[in-house]
Amino acid sequence: MAKVLEVKDLVTKFYTLDGVVHAVNGVSFDLDEGETLAIVGESGCGKSVTMLSLLGLIPSPPGKVERGNAFFSGGTGRCDLLQLAAPELRDVRGGQIGFVFQDPISSLNPILTVGEQIAESLTRHLGLTREQAHRRAIKLLEEVGIPEAAQRYDSYPHHFSGGMRQRVMIAIAISCSPSIIIADEPTTALDVTVQAQIVDLFKRLRDMIGMAIIWITHDLGVVAGLAERVLVMYGGRVAEVALVDDLYERPQHPYTHGLLGALPRIDTDGSRRLVSIDGTPPDLLIPLVRCPFAPRCAYAFERCWEEIPQLMPAGIQHQVACFYDIERGGPRSG
Amino acid sequence: MAEKETLLRVINLRKHFPITGGFLGRQVAAVKAVDGVSFEIERGETLGLVGESGCGKSTTGRVILQLYRPTAGQVLFEDADLTKMSAEALRRLRPKMQMIFQDPYASLNPRHPVGKIVGEPLMIHGLMQGKALQDRVAELLELVGLNAAYVRRFPHEFSGGQRQRIGIARALSLNPSFIVCDEPISALDVSIQAQVVNLLQDLQAQLGLTYLFIAHDLSMVRHISRRIAVMYLGKIVELADRQTLFDEPLHPYTQSLISAVPVPNPKLERRRQRIILEGEVPSPINPPKGCVFHPRCPVAIDKCSRVEPQYQQVRPQHFVACHLVEPA
Repeated sequence: MAKVLEVKDLVTKFYTLDGVVHAVNGVSFDLDEGETLAIVGESGCGKSVTMLSLLGLIPSPPGKVERGNAFFSGGTGRCDLLQLAAPELRDVRGGQIGFVFQDPISSLNPILTVGEQIAESLTRHLGLTREQAHRRAIKLLEEVGIPEAAQRYDSYPHHFSGGMRQRVMIAIAISCSPSIIIADEPTTALDVTVQAQIVDLFKRLRDMIGMAIIWITHDLGVVAGLAERVLVMYGGRVAEVALVDDLYERPQHPYTHGLLGALPRIDTDGSRRLVSIDGTPPDLLIPLVRCPFAPRCAYAFERCWEEIPQLMPAGIQHQVACFYDIERGGPRSG
Repeated sequence: MAEKETLLRVINLRKHFPITGGFLGRQVAAVKAVDGVSFEIERGETLGLVGESGCGKSTTGRVILQLYRPTAGQVLFEDADLTKMSAEALRRLRPKMQMIFQDPYASLNPRHPVGKIVGEPLMIHGLMQGKALQDRVAELLELVGLNAAYVRRFPHEFSGGQRQRIGIARALSLNPSFIVCDEPISALDVSIQAQVVNLLQDLQAQLGLTYLFIAHDLSMVRHISRRIAVMYLGKIVELADRQTLFDEPLHPYTQSLISAVPVPNPKLERRRQRIILEGEVPSPINPPKGCVFHPRCPVAIDKCSRVEPQYQQVRPQHFVACHLVEPA
C-alpha cells in the first residue's frame, strides 16, 4: 500500500531559560493510505511535539526542528513538510492534513460562529464561494451528528457542550476531504459516554472518507478498538511499533509491558494487583546518551546505559528499541 | 473482617447551590448538585463513587466532610450527626476524617516545605511539637514511599506522583479512620496511577482505613472498590458490590457506562457491542422531570418522563432507581 507519510529521524528541541529540552530525539515512522495509527505515550514523551513539528506549529523561539524529513504524498505530489515555505505549508495544513486537538474550546475562535469557522476552511482551501461554503458547512455539521445543523450554523462555540465542540472541530478537519487527520488526545477532555460517541464518529467518517488517522493518546484502552497499528513513545523516542493485536498480546518493550500491566481492566476479575513502573519519567533537559527507559527498567544491563537502542525487528511488522529480549530472557541477538 | 460495622451513614443528602441574579441579588434558581443521596459505608471497606463530570460526586464527598454544609439530609459518622454539629465540635472530630484531593499541584501550598505541609495538621490540632513532630513527619514520608530527607524541599521539586504521596501523608498524619479520595489519580500518568493506587491499597490493609473513592474512571473504581455507587445528575441510580454491578448492571445508565469503557484488548474491542447514549448530561439547574436519565435513556417508557423512580433495594444489597427494574 502507498505511504501517505514518511517521517525520518525527526529531532525537535526547545531552547528555554532552564536549558535545552530534548523533546523529540530521532523519531521515524510511516503511515499507509487510509491507515489508523495510534501514538501512545505519557506526558512529556514527545508525542504531541512530534505532530506539531510536522505541521510547522512549534512556537519558535523557543522551539526548533533541528533535523529530519517528513515526506507527505498528498493530492499534489510528494513533498517534505519540514522544507516547505510557510504559505505552502498553510495550504497543506487544514487542507490535505486536518487536525483535531484535545481542547476544543481553545481551538475554536470564540467570536466566529461555528458555521463560519467551517466555511472559512472551505473558501480558503477549496475556493468555494460564500454561498457554496455555507451549504457545504451545514452538510458537514449534519455529517458529524449535530442536530438541526442549519440553525446551529449561527451558534457560537460557547453555546455548545464539550462533545459538540469536538464535533465542530472534526467537521473542520474533514471539510477538505484530507488524506490524513491528526487527532491529538481528541477525547481526553470528554466524559466516557461522550468519548464513545466521538470514537464511533471517527470510525464512521474513516469508512466514508477513507482518510488515514494519527490518533495521539495516553490511553491504551481507547485505541485498542480503533487503531490498526500502535506506536509507543518514551523519552522522545519510539520504543515500540506493532500491529495492534500483536502489541497487546506480546508487547516486547519493558515499558509497553509495564503500561499494559498498570491498567486496571474490566475484562479480568479485578483482584489482581496493578503492576507499577517504579521511578518517574525522564528529565528531558539531559541529552540522551543511553536508553531513556533504563533507569526505570527491571531488565536494564550494561549496554542499556552505554548506547541508545535503535528499532530492531521483533516479529512481523513489529519493531522494538530494546537490547533485551523479554520473551527469550536475555540480550537480543544482533 | 470480623463483625460488619457501619462507619458512615448518609441519609437523603441534598446540596443545592443558589444562583442569584437581578438587581437585588435574589435567588433565582439552584444548582441541584446533590439531590437526595443515601448510602452506608462499612468500616474498613472502599466504596467507589462514579459518574461523569457534573454528576455531583465530588460535592457529595465534600458535603460528607462538611466542607460544604448540606441543604438537607443527615451524615452519621459513628452514629453522630455531622450536619447538626457546631464548627467546634466538628473540629474535634476532623482528625478522624480526612481528604485526598485530585490536583496535586493546587492542593499543596507552594511556599511551605514538605515537612510543614505534612506536619501542619498535627500542629493545628496541638497534638505534637518539636522532636516528636519531626519524627512523625519522617515516619509518614517513609510510609508513603518518600525519602524522609525530603522534609525541607518544596512542592515544585516533586513530580505529580510524588506530590500526591505528600497529599496522602498529610491526610494520614492525624491517624484518620475515614478518607475521602476525590479523583486522587486523575491528574497522573498511567504508570504513576498504578503506584498511587497500590499505595492506597497497602495503606488500607496496614492501617485499616475506610475509603470513599470518587472517580470517573470506571475500571479503576472497579479495581479498588468493594462496592460501587453510580451517580447521575445528583442522584445515585445504582449501588451494588462491584462484581454484581459489572456482571448484572440493572440500570440502563450503568449498562451504557460500562459498555462505553474501553478495554485494552483489541480482539474483545472489535466484538463488543456498545450502547452509545445520545447527547450529554443535562444541566443540574433545570434537571429533567421524572427520571433524570429519561431524555438519554434507550429504553425509557412514558412513565419515566412523569414519575421519579424510587431508589430501592431490588436484590439483596443491590439498590436501583428505575421504573423498569422490579424488586425480585
